[in-house]
Amino acid sequence: MGQADLKELKKGGFMRQIQKDRFSLRVGIVGGQITSEELKKIYEISVKYGNGYVHLTSRQGVEIPFIKLEDVDAVKKELEEVGMHPGTCGPRLRTITACQGMTICSSGLIDTTQLAKDFDERYRGRELPHKFKLGITGCRNNCLKAEENDLGVKGGTLPSWNSSACSFCGLCKEICPTKAITKIDKTEKQLIFEEDKCIYCGKCVKICPTSAWEGRNGFLLSFGGTFGNRISFGKQLLPILFEKEQVFTVVETTLQFFKDNGKAGERFGVTLDRVGWDLFEEKLQGAIR
Amino acid sequence: MSEIKADDFVDITDVVCPITFVKAKIAIEELEDGQILEIKMNEGEPLMNVPRSLKEEGHKVTSVTNNQDGTFTILVEKGGI
Repeated sequence: MGQADLKELKKGGFMRQIQKDRFSLRVGIVGGQITSEELKKIYEISVKYGNGYVHLTSRQGVEIPFIKLEDVDAVKKELEEVGMHPGTCGPRLRTITACQGMTICSSGLIDTTQLAKDFDERYRGRELPHKFKLGITGCRNNCLKAEENDLGVKGGTLPSWNSSACSFCGLCKEICPTKAITKIDKTEKQLIFEEDKCIYCGKCVKICPTSAWEGRNGFLLSFGGTFGNRISFGKQLLPILFEKEQVFTVVETTLQFFKDNGKAGERFGVTLDRVGWDLFEEKLQGAIR
Repeated sequence: MSEIKADDFVDITDVVCPITFVKAKIAIEELEDGQILEIKMNEGEPLMNVPRSLKEEGHKVTSVTNNQDGTFTILVEKGGI
């Protein structure tokens, strides 16, 4: 088989194994969710075409190893039967990962599952200079490790305080991890909140017994992270964004910037180191203005 | 400590999560709606999670006192939310 065919197979989610003409099929999964129907199909394929097992990847993926070259088309067809598709490999946008987010988790501040679907719809398989990872985590607990990704999204909340609802119990002051809340005075009905110290964790909002703290949920984005050969944390370059459309604009701008400036085989963080983070930051600022 | 008198008291400084909340929950179940439970807990993780869990169960924290010895004492009104 030619090199071109192998590339095509890889693009289509079939990873060449060390065993001759055997491929590990990466199944397309969005935000770490698989329906029971899909799970059944994965089971059937692994029994019928594989070796009766699957491998769980580090990024919420499922791979079905030991698919024979001659079965590739039949396997693709079987996936299509339940609306599934192979995942992506190679120099393009990879599996979009997500924690369970606010629809399931009591800590979650954004709907990570829906955002993963939105991202998948917009950017799935986008061709880029190198692999590009998008990950979404619902809050500062960071179960999904946003900063490991080329572009990470983290849920946050900007709290605001309503004095008339406050019982001045002092709980928020005690649990605020950055001491952004100080000087709670019950008789004067006062409290000081220093917004510049706030890290948008939402603990005050979640804990407040009288709902005197209300949060405006938003998105914190980090850029240029990698956790493979090179280990570096993604950097937050923008203030918290509240509109999903703004997030889409930023992601689109980022992918375009990588496409325009990245060298083949160079991860996004390396591109930024080479061409300048300032240049990228300017681009982002311009895009969301 | 506080002008409000508690109807019962539970010390959860001797246990760790999730027993902290379990102990608090059992104590508050003994009370009637509107009665006050005083809970003594360690700073850090218990303070972060026990009041939040109480809120989720519909009980209202009415005061928090830092005992300045690594513990906090809170007053909770049963069914206050």
